[in-house]
Amino acid sequence: MVDGMLGSAVQLLTPEGERVADEDYDISLSNAELKGLYRDMVLVRRLDSEATALQRQGELGLWASSLGQEAAQVGSGRSLLPGDYAFPTYRDHGVTWSRGVPPLEVLAMFRGVSTGGWDPIALRCAIYTIVIGNQALHAVGYGMGAQLDGSSEAVIGYFGDGATDEGDVNEAFVFAADFNAPVVFFCQNNQWAISSPRERKNPAPLYERAAGFGFPGVRVDGNDILAVMAVTRAALERARSGGGPTLVEAYTYRMAAHTTSDDPTRYRHAEELEIWRLRDPIERLKVFLARQGIADRGYFDQIDREAADLAVMIRDGVRSMPEPPAETMFDHVYAEPHEQLERQRRWLVDYESSFTHEVSS
Amino acid sequence: MTTMTMAKALNAGLRRAMERERRVVLFGEDIGRLGGVFRVTDGLQKDFGEHRVIDAPLAESGIVGTSVGMAMRGFRPVVEIQFDGFVYPAFDQIVSQVAKTLRRTDGAVRMPLVIRIPYGGGIGAVEHHSESPEAYFVHTAGLRVLTPSDPQAAYLTIQQAIASDDPVIYLEPKRRYWDKGEVDLDADPFALSPWHARVLRPGDDVTVACYGPMVRTCLEAAEAADCSVEVIDLQSLSPLDIDVVAASVRRTGHLVVVHEASSTAGLGAEVAARVSEECFYSLEAPVLRVTGYDVPYPASRLEEHFLPDLDRVLDGVDRVRAF
Ligand SMILES: Cc1ncc(C[n+]2csc(CCOP(=O)(O)OP(=O)(O)O)c2C)c(N)n1
Ligand SMILES: [Mg+2]
Repeated sequence: MVDGMLGSAVQLLTPEGERVADEDYDISLSNAELKGLYRDMVLVRRLDSEATALQRQGELGLWASSLGQEAAQVGSGRSLLPGDYAFPTYRDHGVTWSRGVPPLEVLAMFRGVSTGGWDPIALRCAIYTIVIGNQALHAVGYGMGAQLDGSSEAVIGYFGDGATDEGDVNEAFVFAADFNAPVVFFCQNNQWAISSPRERKNPAPLYERAAGFGFPGVRVDGNDILAVMAVTRAALERARSGGGPTLVEAYTYRMAAHTTSDDPTRYRHAEELEIWRLRDPIERLKVFLARQGIADRGYFDQIDREAADLAVMIRDGVRSMPEPPAETMFDHVYAEPHEQLERQRRWLVDYESSFTHEVSS
Repeated sequence: MTTMTMAKALNAGLRRAMERERRVVLFGEDIGRLGGVFRVTDGLQKDFGEHRVIDAPLAESGIVGTSVGMAMRGFRPVVEIQFDGFVYPAFDQIVSQVAKTLRRTDGAVRMPLVIRIPYGGGIGAVEHHSESPEAYFVHTAGLRVLTPSDPQAAYLTIQQAIASDDPVIYLEPKRRYWDKGEVDLDADPFALSPWHARVLRPGDDVTVACYGPMVRTCLEAAEAADCSVEVIDLQSLSPLDIDVVAASVRRTGHLVVVHEASSTAGLGAEVAARVSEECFYSLEAPVLRVTGYDVPYPASRLEEHFLPDLDRVLDGVDRVRAF
């Protein structure tokens, strides 16, 4: 339980790296698991900064930064069992990382060589949803399907604070409650929806909305990976055991611009950033690991080297991503043969090759 | 005359409309402090206040639905949808209420709404940010649909759209936002009706009908063509001003219709059908369409293959002449 703004948020690790107790939630992780979480967060942050740099160099069309939200994303993503299913937004690079989505497959859409990027069935992680809130309903429906199949999977649906305005998210709450769907709604309240400030606009705590729909809601310190895991694991377990939906509000902060196209100096003050920098999710786990003697300098250096290698892999990988042939735009529009489209495909191929001939002859 | 971008011209037009009529309110996501993601409403909240330039919650059905209520109360809401791909949550309100309220109230309740939508591709955007949804709206009786192609047209038509007592879907070609042009800020927006096609370049051999983002492309193609090409900016997609197109075709005998949107059941199909009804015997060749393919808008690295460009327009011109 913590200071002012966070209100009644569950916290197990203070910003100073102090382990504290909560009345309702606790977690016990092995040293290897703790070190793994640290590694995940550092690598995800590196992926993010590398992608931001690549966008500036013109190698990506756009990037939505996850900076500052690593604990919320990795903590919840690592709480999933292999058989569970995740529905992320465009910002949830820590979630896709946790599901084992290869970083280059995440970057493919932002580079503009793919409209999705990975196999959502094999990885049990949906592709990024960009239309705000759509995926909340998909998560519920997937959960309803699991329920009909008599399976004990849980589903997690991610969305932002802004998305809670959308009809789709509110309808998802209704469906989840009516069908007691095995779903966890994971809302990252990063305080901003582009230029729209969450609490100045509507100070009612988001997690409290769940009660009105008929299921529990809980606010967690979204920059405390231990608390995020404790709360998400409990919610997933509740879903698996037939207890129905839970809304988790991870209270965090969007440290970067909305996307690389955005200019946040137009709408928010730098002081806010300073306050949140002190609550950094990686730093507090690092302090904790060091103080407890769980990890030492050597370990942290090793992770930094791994991050540097990852950055090289990402840079090279993005730059050498194959350009898809033009005619692939006709692929997978329909599952079954479609003669009209095939004619258009042939037309495009003939038309474009008429230029190649001119050039080469 | 002042040189300005289309985004600035729209901003100036919105400002004029707000000065003219105090019941004009702007409503949309991030339009206030931020000035909209394309800065079209830049500075308007500062000058007109938060009660007239309203930052809306992130909910398109909500924005349009509450605008219907505001319109019933005598306001003239000008809605901004952030990107083409995000208008669909509002589709129900637009089709079921915005378009039909006048009729269903036997003319008692007007819907003087404007729904501004940046549309089309060409800016290397990610998924859902490059769509051309005009045909859905054109197909819906009760809606008017306008799309400007240059800063001067933008400055005038946005004011005309706001003054209209009918709901107007106002489609802004986003890749032309930064194109500059001469704008006469003193021009009277009500001197001319916006519901007309405009002949932008006269020609004798082939008529090219286009609108929005494709107008510049077609003008460039006409310049490069080895025959005389007449370029018509349709501007008003509903109502469609077929008379101007038919008059041109009666002289040229050849028609190519160009748009970014997919071809099937698009504006090209409508123009072709109407022209063949109006002046079948003047046509020396079938009407040709140069359009996007019938696929979802592709990943951005492929968009140049999807979007009609100068070469594809010229190819259309050549083919219609060679028939
Ligand atoms: C239906 C829809 N409307 C508008 C947008 C444009 N848009 C993209 S992100 C965003 C803000 C989302 O805020 P939030 O849900 O808090 O998520 P965050 O970006 O902060 O992670 C908006 C308005 C969109 N993608 N989809
Ligand atoms: Mg947010």
